[in-house]
Amino acid sequence: MTERLVIIGNGMAPGRMLEHLLEKAPGRYQVTIFNAEPRVNYDRIMLSPVLSGEKAYEEIIIHGDGWYIKHGITLYKGHKIVAIDRQAKTVTSDHGVTEPYDKLVIATGSVPFIIPVPGHNLPGVLTYRDLDDVQAMMLAAQSRAKAVVIGGGLLGLEAAAGLNAQGMDVTVLHVMPTLMERQLDPAAGYLLQRAVEQRGIKVITKANTQAITGNGKVEQVELADGTVIPATLVVMAVGIRPNAAIAKEAGIAVNRGIVVDAGMRSNDPDIYALGECAEVNGQVYGLVAPLYEMARVAASQLAGDEAAAFVHSDTPTKLKVTGIELFSLGDFADGDDRQEIVLRDASAGVYKRLVLKDDRIIGTVLYGETADGAWFNDLKKKQTDISEMRDTLIFGQSYQGGAPLDPMAAVAALPDDAEICGCNGVCKGKITGAITAKGLTSLDDVRAHTKASASCGSCTGLVEKLMVLTLGDTYNPAAVQPMCSCTTLGHDEVRRLIKAKGLKTIPAVMQELEWTTSCGCAKCRPALNYYLVCDWPNDYADDYQSRFINERVHANIQKDGTYSVVPRMWGGVTNAAELRAIADVVDKFEIPMVKVTGGQRIDMLGIRKEDLPAVWADLGQAGFVSGHAYAKGLRTVKTCVGSDWCRFGTQDSTGFGVRIEKFMWGSWTPAKVKMAVSGCPRNCAEATCKDVGVICVDSGYEIHFAGAAGLDIKGTEVLGLVKTEDEALEHIVALTQMYREQGRYLERIYKWAKRIGIPEIKRQIMDDGEKRKAYYDRFVFSQKFAQVDPWSERVSGKDKHEFRPMASVGFAQAAE
Amino acid sequence: MNWIAIGSISDIPRRGARCVATPEGKIAVFRTVDDQVYAIDDHCPHRGGPLSQGIVHGTAVTCPLHNWVISLETGKALGADEGVVRTIPVRVEGERLFIALEALASRAA
Repeated sequence: MTERLVIIGNGMAPGRMLEHLLEKAPGRYQVTIFNAEPRVNYDRIMLSPVLSGEKAYEEIIIHGDGWYIKHGITLYKGHKIVAIDRQAKTVTSDHGVTEPYDKLVIATGSVPFIIPVPGHNLPGVLTYRDLDDVQAMMLAAQSRAKAVVIGGGLLGLEAAAGLNAQGMDVTVLHVMPTLMERQLDPAAGYLLQRAVEQRGIKVITKANTQAITGNGKVEQVELADGTVIPATLVVMAVGIRPNAAIAKEAGIAVNRGIVVDAGMRSNDPDIYALGECAEVNGQVYGLVAPLYEMARVAASQLAGDEAAAFVHSDTPTKLKVTGIELFSLGDFADGDDRQEIVLRDASAGVYKRLVLKDDRIIGTVLYGETADGAWFNDLKKKQTDISEMRDTLIFGQSYQGGAPLDPMAAVAALPDDAEICGCNGVCKGKITGAITAKGLTSLDDVRAHTKASASCGSCTGLVEKLMVLTLGDTYNPAAVQPMCSCTTLGHDEVRRLIKAKGLKTIPAVMQELEWTTSCGCAKCRPALNYYLVCDWPNDYADDYQSRFINERVHANIQKDGTYSVVPRMWGGVTNAAELRAIADVVDKFEIPMVKVTGGQRIDMLGIRKEDLPAVWADLGQAGFVSGHAYAKGLRTVKTCVGSDWCRFGTQDSTGFGVRIEKFMWGSWTPAKVKMAVSGCPRNCAEATCKDVGVICVDSGYEIHFAGAAGLDIKGTEVLGLVKTEDEALEHIVALTQMYREQGRYLERIYKWAKRIGIPEIKRQIMDDGEKRKAYYDRFVFSQKFAQVDPWSERVSGKDKHEFRPMASVGFAQAAE
Repeated sequence: MNWIAIGSISDIPRRGARCVATPEGKIAVFRTVDDQVYAIDDHCPHRGGPLSQGIVHGTAVTCPLHNWVISLETGKALGADEGVVRTIPVRVEGERLFIALEALASRAA
């Protein structure tokens, strides 16, 4: 006698299970399917090509009506099961059909997660799950209006690409800093974002959706930072969760999904679950390969093979957007016992990363060129020892075998029309021709004459090899000290390329400039963060995790892990109320040491990190702001009392010092900047050993710079004499901006000046009024974004995680 | 093993760290750029610097006091420096983080 098998759900997993079952145990079961969707089994993975118009619904059907008839399967379309009666062993649909079962398979799939923001139920808010959603989106797209996709994961990006292909103006909102962060490392996430943006899709990362608003239908999306995006269609694609409600109501064990054993059996021995609604070994799955594996196991079990068991295996992720090649597999975290092989080809937009452990591949991220994904997957699965082919592994399967070429011989063997510089389309013959014809001897000459290696710089090595081949041993490439061991490029080259290529994030720099590590190091990250802050003041989001602790918590770390705090005293001037407030803070927080600094400030030492926000709150009440005593930025302007009090004073040195400090505070610089203004040549403010100093004289203001009184002792150089305070300010600001734009990270002004040459600095700041004005204007622009008091920000709650322990454990037990 | 819940992974910024206070001193819990979580004593083997305050790169942290680079996986100083700091087992269960403290377990018992 045949047994009765009832299946709830008609997606891809139960469809595949039936195929296996019909093969293994034909005729054993009388099968009945209830499908909440009013249609047959179709390939849900192919919804994205349907949305983009590349495929029609008919092309993605897996089992047509004829298939069900042929196999004698009863399919109830548009019937949603509303109850399972485990005692009576029946299921009942919302249309009142009750069907008895001997074995029941629950394959209810998943439901899209809806962010419960205000307006999430307005007409025009859709999810991306089934054909109905796709048809609704295609209808909305006919208006060619604006769409917002919430979610920058696999599904969200596919939806965005589809809507874009339908002619809509699409914006993707993603809450994390990089797209598809679960499958991709930040470098690949950056490349993906660039490719998506190149299609005209706008991407906003770190976007926190606050509300969807509109009058009776969707009109706009509002973000937490106040941004408002007009939209007539909102697609939520932030994730899915297993649809286990019906099982839960029936009293079947449900955790995240319906809990099943490795044989797909729930805690009711006659009820199985598979697909996205099932949870095996604590894991739920959303990609098709493991779901098909579940289908195979469930079919075997139903056919009587009780040994069949589901085994977890990593599944590669691919993005189904035409023209974007992306592949991600396994574990690609860093680790001491792991090595990584990274290949970056910036001009071709290729990024490949293999993570190895014990000479075996454990993880792979491929972007731009994914042809070898299957091969890497195979090597990973078989745990092949790759030590033999390690050097060429990343180049893929076709490069294996054959001796590696001598790189010089390889360049010599290139034909004259081989392209060397992809950015500027310069071929080998043009470069060697120019070297010979024009007698070029340096890389800069070759760049100037041929434009080769003048854009992204990634062909610099090739160009240098050509120079050696053409010039012989007379060419000696200038030894450039690399920034750190993550790159071969020096600071100047990196700064030049950041500007030339418009690189605006740390992952962008690392990708485009072919960093050899995935996450940089403690040397390059703070440097890159400064360069980006300096070069893109309005665009760049300061990366606090790339700042040294002092700049992250706006205080100075001491040897015992406590901090010191220095409030700003403009020009070194204070008053009774301020001093009283400081005294109160010292008492209240039992601050063990108070010290007057060399820069005319008061330093409070020994403050516990946890107390910092409260200390700042009290200081802020008295009108104090951060003194930036911890910053690679403007620290102090030291002054003497000047013409207001001093019998020798020639100008208001105190007032001018305060003015400089109020104008320039908050600016970040390559290294710390200390200034001073003295009211007469007796120089009581010691201006002639400062980074920038002013000596007031009867006829005006003598501007000094490039002094040092630390590791090195060096008197200042004279920049020049100007007549008015306004002129003096403009010159000082312009000089500082020039240093900001050219200085290498941690290079003080005196070292920068020595490198650039004093005459060149004088020429640009004193003699070239237009240049000076331009520097000045750029500084003023960047100050708009820099002059925010970091202390009051933190008193208001910013970065509060920095100042509190995450947890306290063990104290209660210890007391017992 | 005495597994103690200390919070959620989202409490820690990527490429950052938070501290857990214990009677034996602070433990620094790190989260890497790709969401690996490690815990080590918040005490550099060199001069006792608070490692939780350092810059996190890959699976290492650079001590804020004198730039020693400490492996988060082994607790060992990398490069030419020699020294080791205690590592503490961490488990990530979904969003929740647990650390194992054997000393505390024995004391509680």
